[in-house]
Amino acid sequence: MSQVLEERDHYLSSFERFEKNGAARGPSWAHRIRKAAIARFADLGFPTTRHEEWKYTRVAPMAKIPFQPAGYEPDRLAPGKLARAAFLQLPGCRLVFVNGRYRRELSSLRLLPEGMKAGSLVAILDADPEWVEPHLARHASYQDHAFVALNTAFLQDGAFVYVPKGTVVEEPIQLLFVSASPQEATVSHPRNLIVVDRDSQAVIIENYVSVENDVYFTNAVTEIVAGENAVIDHYKVQRESDQAFHVATLQARLDRSSNFSSHSIALGGALVRNDVNAVLDGEGIECILNGLYLVAGEQHVDNHTRIDHVKPHGTSRELYKGVLDGKASGVFNGKIFVHKAAQKTDAKQTNKNLLLSEEALIDTKPQLEIYADDVKCTHGSTIGQIDQDAMFYLRSRGMGSEAARSLLTYAFAGEILSRMKVEAIRSQLDHLLVTRLQKGSQAEETS
Amino acid sequence: MLEVRNLHVSAGGKEILRGIDLKVNAGEIHAIMGPNGSGKSTLAQLLAGRETYQVTDGEVFYEGKDLLRMSPEERAREGIFLAFQYPVEIPGVTNAYFLKAGLNAIRKHRGLDELDAMEFLELLREKLKLVDMDQSFMNRPVNEGFSGGEKKRNEILQMTVLDPKLAILDETDSGLDIDALKIVAEGINKLRRADNATVLVTHYQRVLNYITPDHVHVLMDGRIVLSGGKELALELEGRGYDWVKEEAETVQRTST
Ligand SMILES: Nc1ncnc2c1ncn2[C@@H]1O[C@H](COP(=O)(O)OP(=O)(O)OP(=O)(O)O)[C@@H](O)[C@H]1O
Ligand SMILES: [Mg+2]
Repeated sequence: MSQVLEERDHYLSSFERFEKNGAARGPSWAHRIRKAAIARFADLGFPTTRHEEWKYTRVAPMAKIPFQPAGYEPDRLAPGKLARAAFLQLPGCRLVFVNGRYRRELSSLRLLPEGMKAGSLVAILDADPEWVEPHLARHASYQDHAFVALNTAFLQDGAFVYVPKGTVVEEPIQLLFVSASPQEATVSHPRNLIVVDRDSQAVIIENYVSVENDVYFTNAVTEIVAGENAVIDHYKVQRESDQAFHVATLQARLDRSSNFSSHSIALGGALVRNDVNAVLDGEGIECILNGLYLVAGEQHVDNHTRIDHVKPHGTSRELYKGVLDGKASGVFNGKIFVHKAAQKTDAKQTNKNLLLSEEALIDTKPQLEIYADDVKCTHGSTIGQIDQDAMFYLRSRGMGSEAARSLLTYAFAGEILSRMKVEAIRSQLDHLLVTRLQKGSQAEETS
Repeated sequence: MLEVRNLHVSAGGKEILRGIDLKVNAGEIHAIMGPNGSGKSTLAQLLAGRETYQVTDGEVFYEGKDLLRMSPEERAREGIFLAFQYPVEIPGVTNAYFLKAGLNAIRKHRGLDELDAMEFLELLREKLKLVDMDQSFMNRPVNEGFSGGEKKRNEILQMTVLDPKLAILDETDSGLDIDALKIVAEGINKLRRADNATVLVTHYQRVLNYITPDHVHVLMDGRIVLSGGKELALELEGRGYDWVKEEAETVQRTST
């Protein structure tokens, strides 16, 4: 117990310093939110595996590390390293954050459409807080989630994107989060707010990368607001260092007739927890959640998703696929809530897992809770191994066994990529996937 | 080219092949016939390197090398090809990719340059014509949603592209309409050369109207009980397998 209190105190005293050193900037309403959130965190503490939502994910080893707030000192980012980390081939604007702080000199803002905003959250909090006030911390609840509470308490920087009504932004907007903690283990709390107004369209990429194999903790929260008839295509690619901890919540609030797709790709980290929540708060909404997690070694990845069908005629399609190798472990927990008023809901949820080793582990739990009576809902999950008949078939045509194995793994995972609409993103993720699978099979062949 | 000596094979604790002897020389076509469950596919799959079977006795030599010590991919690269009785569906891998990966692995092993996309396409176009397959099959996942006949034709396509020295065709003729059968037979005949050989595993004499085998073997209960020339196939067609069984038993009785 005292250990647990100590861990909590570490963040509470860190918050006191955060308040004093002038980092907690912005209007008083923002600071009131921060104070309420830290108070909530003090009550909640870090979750243990007794907590239903954290049953298979032990955060204790992470909570024990006395992470320091990531510094603002000039970084060691060589442009070459950044180039490797970023999707440089993508058109569109790129906002770059180093250890959670916006870096203008690394970012590239193209000419934005009339009325559109894209920039640093801290800047907007300083200059025009009324832009974010209606939404910031109004969607991602920190009442029951210690990490959202912590992020909200340390709310400071991140991306703010606003697309005004009737605007189609064709080129993807990339938010690149680079982490580096050369001296001591540090924590950053990126906070993003994306508002796409009615009849508008945008493609957003959140890309989390590291430059070295450092120990650090990324605790991110992204709130997305889709106005009436808005179309949002969201991609999250997570390739943190193998020693890093990554906890993130994506909270989407969708309005009538909007169309939201989320693609969540998790490739890195020692411990990764991704929450993706969508509230379909209007009629005729279409929501697509795709996910791919690819872990090996001793990595652990936990995907929690929640779709709330609040109003009638909503459609949701969810497909999460996992590939687990070595001693890696994974969790899929997907909830679909069909509220009483949400008649004619059409929901489908699937989780498929491929275990590449005897020791890899997956806990999968798809859940449906239905309070309406006229709905069409299905869910299911599978856990399987590489198909030995397919292996033999490939090998009998001359392909080596490792090449055959990685091809079959690629084919399994590739289904998620094939659902991505933006070709430039899909092809680069495809390349990433191929490289990753080749690296895996080479490591085995040399060992 | 291929020599099988006293081969005993088990699977799941059950002995399936109980002493097979078979010699195939370059330039020959052998037909292996036999009733359901006699062990034809077991022999074919074992020769291609299937690892689910245990060899409990006997030897197999391919071009003087100990075949049983070679992995399936080594066998393929050395020129062995198995047309599967039940071709496998591989979702997410296109037929073109599948075929090109195999071909280039084999070419690399033979010290040839790997084909690039353009060269491969050119080769493919010519071979597709041979088996009367549409180009569109190449962009579809391997065998997924193919009809039975399309799957068999796809096997023949693979064979003509990979150009094996020893082709083992496991019931490639069954379930085909007469047009498809002719195409498959033509594919096999076109491949026939003095320096390669074919083992044709089949249920039916029908395909032998189009392909003339040099030797016909009857496999029953895991043994080759009778061998002969092409006329043996006709006899089997007319009289069934029962007489072979009786004859084999007599032969065995008199020989012990
Ligand atoms: N992996 C296995 N484990 C156990 N038994 C097996 C296995 N594979 C094959 N068998 C059995 O061995 C016998 C021979 O099977 P095989 O498939 O070789 O026959 P076949 O002659 O090809 O038959 P068909 O004409 O139906 O294709 C059958 O009784 C079959 O059930
Ligand atoms: Mg068979």
